[in-house]
Amino acid sequence: MFRLEVAVKFGVVVFPGTWSDRDCGWVIDRVLGQELTYLWHKDSDLKGCDCVILPGGFSYGDYLRTGAIARFAPIMEKVGEFADRGGLVWGICNGFQVLCEAGLLPGALIRNASLEFRCEWTNLLVERTDLPFTTKCSDRDVLRVPIAHGEGSYFADPATLSRIEQRGQVVFRYCDAGGRVIPSANPNGSLHNIAGIVNARGNVLGMMPHPERCAEAELGGTDGLKLFRSAAENALKVLVS
Amino acid sequence: MDERRLREVALTPDEYRVIVEQLKRAPNELELGMLGVLWSEHCSYKSSKALLRRLPSTGAGVVQGPGENAGAVEIGEGWSVVFKIESHNHPSAIEPYQGAATGVGGIIRDVIAMGARPIALLDSLRFGPLPQSSRHFEGVVAGIAGYGNCMGIPTVGGEVYFEDCYASNPLVNAMCVGLVRTDQLMRARAEGAGNYLMLVGADTGRDGIHGASFASVELDESSSERRPAVQVGNPFLEKCLLEACMDLSHTDAVVAIQDLGAAGLTSAVAECAGRVEGAGARLDVGRVPRREQAMTPYDVMLSESQERMLVVVRRGREREVETIFQAWDMTSAVIGEVTDDGQLTVFDGRDQVARVPVGLLTDGAPMRRLVGLPPEPPYGLEVDALPPLADAGATLLRMLASPNLASRRGIFRRYDHMVGDSTVVAPGGDAAMLRVKGTRLGIAVTTDGNGRYCHLDPHLGAQLAVAEAARNIVATGARPVAVTDCLNFANPDRPEVYWELEEAVAGLAYACRALELPVVSGNVSLYNDSGAESAIYPTPVVGMVGVIDDYGKRLGAGLRTEGDFVLLIGSSHNDLGGSEYLKVEHGHVAGRPPALDLTRERAVHRLILSAAQSGYLHSAHDCAEGGMLVALAEACLLGGLGVRCPAIRPERPLRLDAAFFGESPSRFIVSVPSRAMPEMQSLARRHNLELSLLGLAGGDHLEFESQLKVSLTELRDAWEVLVH
Repeated sequence: MFRLEVAVKFGVVVFPGTWSDRDCGWVIDRVLGQELTYLWHKDSDLKGCDCVILPGGFSYGDYLRTGAIARFAPIMEKVGEFADRGGLVWGICNGFQVLCEAGLLPGALIRNASLEFRCEWTNLLVERTDLPFTTKCSDRDVLRVPIAHGEGSYFADPATLSRIEQRGQVVFRYCDAGGRVIPSANPNGSLHNIAGIVNARGNVLGMMPHPERCAEAELGGTDGLKLFRSAAENALKVLVS
Repeated sequence: MDERRLREVALTPDEYRVIVEQLKRAPNELELGMLGVLWSEHCSYKSSKALLRRLPSTGAGVVQGPGENAGAVEIGEGWSVVFKIESHNHPSAIEPYQGAATGVGGIIRDVIAMGARPIALLDSLRFGPLPQSSRHFEGVVAGIAGYGNCMGIPTVGGEVYFEDCYASNPLVNAMCVGLVRTDQLMRARAEGAGNYLMLVGADTGRDGIHGASFASVELDESSSERRPAVQVGNPFLEKCLLEACMDLSHTDAVVAIQDLGAAGLTSAVAECAGRVEGAGARLDVGRVPRREQAMTPYDVMLSESQERMLVVVRRGREREVETIFQAWDMTSAVIGEVTDDGQLTVFDGRDQVARVPVGLLTDGAPMRRLVGLPPEPPYGLEVDALPPLADAGATLLRMLASPNLASRRGIFRRYDHMVGDSTVVAPGGDAAMLRVKGTRLGIAVTTDGNGRYCHLDPHLGAQLAVAEAARNIVATGARPVAVTDCLNFANPDRPEVYWELEEAVAGLAYACRALELPVVSGNVSLYNDSGAESAIYPTPVVGMVGVIDDYGKRLGAGLRTEGDFVLLIGSSHNDLGGSEYLKVEHGHVAGRPPALDLTRERAVHRLILSAAQSGYLHSAHDCAEGGMLVALAEACLLGGLGVRCPAIRPERPLRLDAAFFGESPSRFIVSVPSRAMPEMQSLARRHNLELSLLGLAGGDHLEFESQLKVSLTELRDAWEVLVH
C-alpha cells in the first residue's frame, strides 16, 4: 500500500447547538493528522471536502424534533448533492438524526425506551466491512464505542426495516462484549438492536454511538479510530471512482 | 414608608432609613426595588460577609480570588483553571427541573464571563429520603441533564445524599470549571468612561423578578405561589451565547463580560461599575430588547431572564460585537455607557427614572450583626453500649444499598460526562479528571460535604469536608490546589444557626490553611428552612480542584490486577459518631464526628502522591462514608475483581464494627504489585503512618476469612439499587 501523498480533507458541519464538532475536529487534526475544515450551517460551500461529518449535539436546540430544523440549513443542500455524487457523508448522533430527517437515510430516531438520556459504553457488532467507513474493521468485529443520547432508538416501518435488512444496510448492532446481539445489550430500544445504517449506495453512514470519543487510549479505548482511518483511506478513492 | 411594600422588596425599616440618609431623599419605586434586590442576602452577603473574610484566599498560583464572577488558579504551561460553585436551592424546591437547570446555566455564565471555556460541571445535591422526595430528586437530575447535555459540557462529578432534614429544602449546588490562557483571563470591570454597555443573548421578559429576594427568605406555604420568581432556562440559547462569547474574547473590542444572574441588569451593571474606583453607568431601559409588551423600567431592571450577558465594549467597536452575535442569530444592543460619576443612572428614553450611587448599591447594605449561640449539645453516643457486629456480610449489603452509599451510575449515565474528549477519569470513583488537551496536565475535580457531621459539630464537620475533598483529589494522583465553597444554612437570625455558620466557616478556614488551599470563590445560601422544625443540617459544600503534571500517572479507584497486595494506609479508631453505619444499622444520628489530625492528613497525601509518582500504585481509593469495608467493596466493584483477606482481629480498644465501618479520616485503600511492598513500607515509616496488609486482589468474592464472604454479584445487586 502506498502512503497518501495528500491529506484527506474532512469537513465538519457546525449547526448552532452542535457540540461534537470540536471532538471530531480534534481526532481528525491531532490524532489522525488529516486536513480539517469546519463548515458553517449558513454557508453553501463544502470547501472541497473529501468527507463530510455531521457531528453530535442539539442542532437548533432540537426543540421541534431532533434534526428537524437542521435539514433546512443551506449547507444541507450541498451535503445532499455531495452524497448524490458519491461523496462520503457520515452522521454521528445528532448527525444521524439529521440524515434521517433529510431523507438521506431511511427510518427515524425516537425517544430511548428508558425515556432517559444515556451516556455509557456500548459494544457494536460490525456487519459490513466492505464500506468506505469500515474497511479497517475485521469481519464481525466488536467495537467498544460510547453513546450519549436521549433519542437514539432506531425505528422504521416493517417494510423499510425488512428492506434495509435484506440489502445489508445495517452496519452496526448493539451487542454484548462477545458479539451476541441480545436485548440486554440494547441501550435504547432500537429495532433489531440497530446502532448504525448506511444508504443503499454505501456512501452515507449514520450511527448513534460516538467514535470520536474513543480514538485515544486515555479516553478508554481506540476502536473509533478504525472508522476514522477507514474513511481517511477511502475518501479519495470514492470520489475518484 | 409602607411596611408591606418594604417586605415585598425584602428591606427592613432600618435599612430603609439608611437609604434615605444616603440618598438625602426618599427613593422612588424603581430605586427601592433595585436597592432591595442588591441588599438581599443573596447579593449583599450582609449576614455572612464578615465571616467570609476569615477564609484564606491567597496563595501560590491564585490569579483571581473572590469578588469576581469566578476564581482562577494558574496550573502551568500558561493555563489557568477558572471555577466556582453556586446554590440554586430555593428555585429547585419550588420547581425542581427549571430550578436545577437554571442553576447550571447561571454558573456556566460565571465561568464564561472570565473568558474561559467551561470544561466540566459538578453538582452537589441533598434531598429528603426516597421515595417521598422523588419529585425533587427526579426533577433536579433531569434539569441538570437537560441543561448540561444540551450545552455540550460534561457533567463529571458531584455527590448526592438523602436525609430527612432536606425534605422541604433540597440543596442544589452547581459547580462549573473552565479553562483559559492566563494572559486571556478577563475581569468584569467597567473600565473607561464612554465605553458602551451592550446587552447580549436572550431578550428580556418578566421572569424571575425578585428571585434574589425570594432566595433570601424562608420558604412557606405561599412559596409555590412564587413560581413566577423561578426562571426558565433555554440551554440552546446559552450554547450559542457561549460560542459567541468565546468569539468575542478573541477580539480586543471587549473590555469586560459580566453575567446577568440574580438581580439581573441592576446587579450586573452595579457590580461591573463597582469594581472600578469612581466608575458609574448610564443606561436606557428603552433600548433593552424585550420579549413582552408593556414592561415597566422596574420590570426591565429587575428581570432575571436567563442567558443574557452584559458586555463592556470599547467605544466605536460595537459593530464587531453585533456582527459576532448576528452570526449566532442572537440579539445585541447598546443600552448605555460607562461614566465616571459613580452613579447608576437609569433612563427610560429621555426620562431619568433612577439615580443611585453605585457604592450604595454594591456596598451600602448595613452589615447585620448577628449573635451566635451554641445549641443544646448534640446527642451523645455510648459506643460501648452498641451491640457487637452480628453478621458483617449482611451489614455490608445493607450499607451498600443505603441510598447514601449506593452506586451513582443510574444518575451519572443520564449526564453526558464524555463530551469534550477530555474526561480521563470518569465519574464513579473518587474525583473525576479532565486532561488539558495539547499538554500532559490533568485537572481533578470533586465536591464534598457531610451535613450529618456538621450537624453534630460544625467546626469539625467543615474541616472533614475539606479533608475528604482533598483525599478524593489525591486518590487520582493529583495534588489539591484550590477551593470554592457553598455554604448552605438555615435562617441565621436564629442564634443557633448563626453559631453553626460561624463555626463552619472557622472550620473551613482552619482546614484550608492547614492544607494550604486558598478559597478563590464561593456562594452563601441561607434561609434553607421552613421554620425551626424543618431547618436543614448546616451543609458547607467544598468544591476542589487539583492538578497532576502528567495525567498518564493518574490513578483509578478499582482493583485491577490479580495478585496485587491490597493495603489500608492510615489508622482506624472507634469513629462511629455520625457514621452511616450508625444510621443504617442502629437508626441514630449521634455522637461526635471522627477526630481529624490535619498534620497526619497531609502526611497521608504526601505518601499517596509520592507512591503514585514513583509508579508503585495500581489503584487508590479514599475511605469515606461507610468506612473501610464499603471502600473495599467499591474498589472491588469498580475494578470487577474480588479480594481475599485473612480475618481482621482489631486490637483493643478498636471494635470490629468500627474497624469495618468506622469513618476514621485520613485513610486510603491502595493496591500495589508485591514487588512494591518494600518501598511502600519504607514510605509509611518515613511518613510515620500505619500501613496494614488487608489481603490479595483476586477471585470474584470479597472475603475476610471466617468473618464474611460475599460474591461480587451480590455486592453489585445491593449497590446498584438506584440503577433501574
